[in-house]
Amino acid sequence: MARTPADLVRAEPGPPFEITFDGRTVTALPGQSVAAALWAAGILAWRTTRHGGRPRGAFCGIGQCYDCLATVNGEPNRRACLVPARPGDAITTQEGHGHAGLAV
Amino acid sequence: MPGSPSEPYDLVVIGAGPAGLAGAATAARLGLSVAVLDAAAQVGGQYFRHPAPGLGAARPQAVHHNWAAFTGLRRRFAASGATYLAGHHVWTVTREDEAAWSVHALAGEDGGTGTGGGTRTDGSRAATGSGTGGGGTAAGRGGHEDGRAVGADRDRGGSDADADREGRTGSDADGECEGSTGAGTDGEREGRTGAGTDGEREGRTGAGIAGFRERPVRLRCRAVLLATGASERQLPFPGWTLPGVVGAGGAQAMLKSGLVLPGRRIVVAGSGPLLLAVASSLAAAGARVPAVAEASGYLGYARRPRALAANPRKLLEAAVHGTALLRHRIPLHTRSAVTRVHGTDRVEAVTLSRLDRDWRPVSGTGRRIACDALAVGHGLAPQTELATGLGCATRRTPDGTHALVLDGLQETSVPGLWAAGETGGTGGWELARVEGELAGIAVAARLRARPALTRGRRVRDLAGRRDRMRAFAHAMAAAHAPGPGWTAWLDDDTDVCRCEEVTAGSIREAVTALGARDSRTVKLFTRAGMGWCQGRMCGAAVACLAASGTARGTVPDAAERRPLAVPVPLGSLAAGPEEPGDG
Amino acid sequence: MSNDTSDVIVVGAGVVGAACAYYAARDGLSVTVVDRGPVAGGTTGAGEGNLLVSDKEPGPELELALLSTRLWRELARELPAPIEYEAKGGLVVASDAPALAALRKFAAAQAGAGVTAGEIPADRLHDVEPHLSPGLGGGFRYPQDAQVQPALAAAHLLRASGARVRTGEEVTAVLTGANGRVRGVRTAAGELYAPSVVNAAGTWGGEVARLAGGHLPVLPRRGFVLVTEPLPRVVRHKVYAADYVADVASGSAALQTSAVVEGTPAGPVLIGASRERVGYDRTLSVEVLRRLAAQATALFPVLAGVRAMRTYAGFRPYLPDHLPAIGPDPRVPGLLHACGHEGAGIGLAPATGLALARLLAGAEPPLDLGPFGPGRFAPAG
Repeated sequence: MARTPADLVRAEPGPPFEITFDGRTVTALPGQSVAAALWAAGILAWRTTRHGGRPRGAFCGIGQCYDCLATVNGEPNRRACLVPARPGDAITTQEGHGHAGLAV
Repeated sequence: MPGSPSEPYDLVVIGAGPAGLAGAATAARLGLSVAVLDAAAQVGGQYFRHPAPGLGAARPQAVHHNWAAFTGLRRRFAASGATYLAGHHVWTVTREDEAAWSVHALAGEDGGTGTGGGTRTDGSRAATGSGTGGGGTAAGRGGHEDGRAVGADRDRGGSDADADREGRTGSDADGECEGSTGAGTDGEREGRTGAGTDGEREGRTGAGIAGFRERPVRLRCRAVLLATGASERQLPFPGWTLPGVVGAGGAQAMLKSGLVLPGRRIVVAGSGPLLLAVASSLAAAGARVPAVAEASGYLGYARRPRALAANPRKLLEAAVHGTALLRHRIPLHTRSAVTRVHGTDRVEAVTLSRLDRDWRPVSGTGRRIACDALAVGHGLAPQTELATGLGCATRRTPDGTHALVLDGLQETSVPGLWAAGETGGTGGWELARVEGELAGIAVAARLRARPALTRGRRVRDLAGRRDRMRAFAHAMAAAHAPGPGWTAWLDDDTDVCRCEEVTAGSIREAVTALGARDSRTVKLFTRAGMGWCQGRMCGAAVACLAASGTARGTVPDAAERRPLAVPVPLGSLAAGPEEPGDG
Repeated sequence: MSNDTSDVIVVGAGVVGAACAYYAARDGLSVTVVDRGPVAGGTTGAGEGNLLVSDKEPGPELELALLSTRLWRELARELPAPIEYEAKGGLVVASDAPALAALRKFAAAQAGAGVTAGEIPADRLHDVEPHLSPGLGGGFRYPQDAQVQPALAAAHLLRASGARVRTGEEVTAVLTGANGRVRGVRTAAGELYAPSVVNAAGTWGGEVARLAGGHLPVLPRRGFVLVTEPLPRVVRHKVYAADYVADVASGSAALQTSAVVEGTPAGPVLIGASRERVGYDRTLSVEVLRRLAAQATALFPVLAGVRAMRTYAGFRPYLPDHLPAIGPDPRVPGLLHACGHEGAGIGLAPATGLALARLLAGAEPPLDLGPFGPGRFAPAG
């Protein structure tokens, strides 16, 4: 029996690269979404909700539920399950609407 | 060029899953100018979602039972000459006049520009650029995707084996695809890498809220084929918002595309045939699956023996999954549901309860199962918002979703708009492919004034297969229809609307105290369904809770309307659409 | 009193019907509210909840609005549940100095009627609304302008009224007695009896009037609202461009748009306002949305990167002279009208409801209803 998904499809990915999540280094593979790279590192939550401040991450996995919204390179509300990870991406936990800086 | 104001495309297909690919390939082969828009970076849709090229998967078929059928379809599409626009999120379709439609999309939305591998599947650049290419041909794009996988299929020789096995008679559709893959590939790839990449990069690192990368694109056409598929239906329960609880289809999608799992011990629960497939692929990928919980029994199927007998391949599929479950020693619990998730910041365990006939938990039957993830879903709901925005009629399916009403040749109640696949009711990839081909023929017959096209043996054959598979889908939907007692899973403080964090208690109050009797009114009173997902996750649950009001004066629930199918940046909206061929 | 008999039947469970029910019940009448749809299912549910005095010139509508403003303030305190009442004030902005001069003249005239307005010079606009575009000519702030969440307001008014609410029941006939006097209505579910029937059917008020043998030329005037993703407070006031006032007053059937931008307690920013007379067509108009987005981002450039999550259309009940019909029908004894408030129904609802309740009680209305008399549209001959 295969031990990992990569084994299952006999993946020979391109060279891994690094992104960061809240400052911590995470290894990503070319072709993975931000959410996939975070899952691979055991990270399941990268957003806190607007009212309850509760943790959330990928849920529907296909860009429909918007639960996986993350701040990517300073830009809030990116769907982590769709956004491809790229070398050097800085992912940060998004708090609430992610636009606190706009408040007047 | 097609798509420009002076010369619209004959057909724009929305969605590059099995229905869209088959429809586009068929229509293009019959001489129509065709463009296919899809939000993802690769063709395939949800069912045939597969790893990006950068992941170098040598055997993508290991997570796909029908991979060869897909590669055959992909080749046929590639050879058809249809334009393929990846990374295009369609947000609305409008009628221009009696004979023309406008399809409005955002190009370069989240993830729309290709996944990894240094490639950009940004067809829009060609479509909106200098007017030379019209987005390139499907040949280039299809062929580009993963040369490795295409090669592997060819080596195996039987790439269209599935189609053959069906005893398909007319060779017209499948015969032509061979030898067509290479052609457009190189030229196309050039189009993808050039200047666009940097601009894209800039957008990503831009000034946050003030910058937006999405470009509005408008395609004009004489007919539209909606092949927008379905999304997973969810029914809430205490703890379902904890990280580690993921959609069953979502877990499958993340596995198929990103080769990742949400945990190591994953309980699979909900209802519908997808659960068995998900459990067996999670297990094959190395996860322990301590339990599969199916809320229905399987007796529902037995009540419709004729639909079963007419669809032996469906039985075979079920048997394959069942065998996989046995091999991985995965216990299947029918008439059972996960009624609670335990954990503080992530899943630590679930409570599995027996259900009565109405899906009410039987008290005293709950038992705790340790796990670090839960994959859950209750079948699929057709994505019909583009169609309902144009006034297309819908029907209620046996499992309570809303699907488009279609005629015998896949046309909606609005002339000029066709639909294929899950939009007309969930039925699986094979039905989608058949309906796509039927729609492609029907559109060509209409636009080219060749009614004879629809009277051939091929159409009779396709229609017959469609009807058999629809009958099976009907039986399946009935067998997995949620029981009315599921709402007993909810505590008053369970969040029903995940986006706006609206609890079951406040929805019940809107019903009992404020007189809400339908989803829209509940939404107005509580904000349930007003968040980012626009009710896609909570819509089914809210409709059930709203209907629990008094019977008298109940306002019947209609299909949901979402005039914006995806959120649109105001800056993009203000800029107005670019026309292919502009500039 | 039996289940099918009451003192008054209100046709329409929008905010105007709810206000009529509330004030009538407060005067001791038993009320039945009947609507073919749900509570707030028509124009109320599509409204932004504006309670405005700033856009009204001196005259009867402004009087109604000023009274309503006071009543909403009371209701926000009296109603047991929050209706998201916000006394946030309005800010009307001028694009340049001549436009500001026009606003100054408008505000001076309003001042005589009891409207408070303060001039904000161009160089102080950003203290008031920090995200406003640079280069504007200045503006006027109207502290009396406020906002409620209209559907919640209607629902809580209805609940507090204690009225019997029958939703999903379409009125198919207005019953009259031998003397021509109204005695009730017929719905699909049966007959309901009352000596008075209030037509609060909003945009559909013309149809209800016709059922009773009356005449009200109510026409739908479509408007789209764009709703953004949730944001912190980025817009403090209800902010609109000076040309909005002219658009409101126009009777043209053609498309008019002028930016109206405001935040909500729930987070999203609401963007209006478009006006066009195209019947009951709900089909999305990309051109209307484009114009609304362009005008809103011109006022607030920060919104360019913000996403619109949804949009919806509503149908303002439009009467040719832009004034609502409030009062007894001249030809059908027992039938009273309370509809045709165009885009101001939320704002004008309490004063309308209070006036109707006074009429039903045979008392003096709180203001002169002459200009709102439904008889003004009576067909010649």
